[in-house]
Amino acid sequence: MTLTPGWFMAVAAVLFALGGAGVLLRRNALVMFMSIELMLNAVNLSFVATSKALGLVEGQVASLFVIVVAAAEVTVGLAIIVAIFHRRPSADVDELTELHG
Amino acid sequence: MAELVVFAVFAAVALAGAFVMLSARNPVYSAIGLLASMFSIAVFYVLLDAHFIAAIQVIIYAGAVMTLFLFVIMMIGVDRREDTTEPIPFQRPIGIVLALALGVLVVAAGSKAWFTGSGRFGSVDLVGTIGVVADELFGTWVLPFLGTTLLLTIAALATVALGRYDVAATEGEEGP
Repeated sequence: MTLTPGWFMAVAAVLFALGGAGVLLRRNALVMFMSIELMLNAVNLSFVATSKALGLVEGQVASLFVIVVAAAEVTVGLAIIVAIFHRRPSADVDELTELHG
Repeated sequence: MAELVVFAVFAAVALAGAFVMLSARNPVYSAIGLLASMFSIAVFYVLLDAHFIAAIQVIIYAGAVMTLFLFVIMMIGVDRREDTTEPIPFQRPIGIVLALALGVLVVAAGSKAWFTGSGRFGSVDLVGTIGVVADELFGTWVLPFLGTTLLLTIAALATVALGRYDVAATEGEEGP
């Protein structure tokens, strides 16, 4: 039994589903954000596995762009969560039902 | 054979880490589970000969992003646990059903391409060293790359602006 890129894609799919479950089931804004990061990681793994399967480097370039965008997203998202925490006692998303501070 | 053993071990670590992230009540445990998952994905990149992406994964995700997450969790307070009661009725069962549906759909959509192998084209033995990735990135994709520099600058400015806004608002007349 040899290791094909398909195995990595299967793991990536399960990780993606677990990340989606985290977004749906958790209410802590930080943990939801971490779940989104896990979904991005799963997609990156899928990109790199496809890049290996096809012998093309574009998959790795795409995953590099995803990593850069995720880094920018984490910076802004965590700043927003910290700003919310300064005004409210918890990061529970169910309590954030209105837009004003 | 050795590759298969390494893959099996780190696939178990990645899935266990993701499950810990999903189920832990304390956000610090969630962050550590996600960290284990990200390190395992870096090992997968090495197995797939994507050495540059593996290094980037460890430096940016496991290094910078997870440190930022842990910093924010510690700053906000680690003793605050999420309570398990749902204020909205049927939210949790519907969430579980939707999550299972998502998993089944992703696996069903992907399973056609897995294990059967796809036709190879392009260079056969791709090794993702920094030179190979850089040739592609600074050749074909140089304009999107410059776009990401702009994106990172804007993100940094937005973060600074959010911090300034918060300070200005708490110093105002309304108070916190």
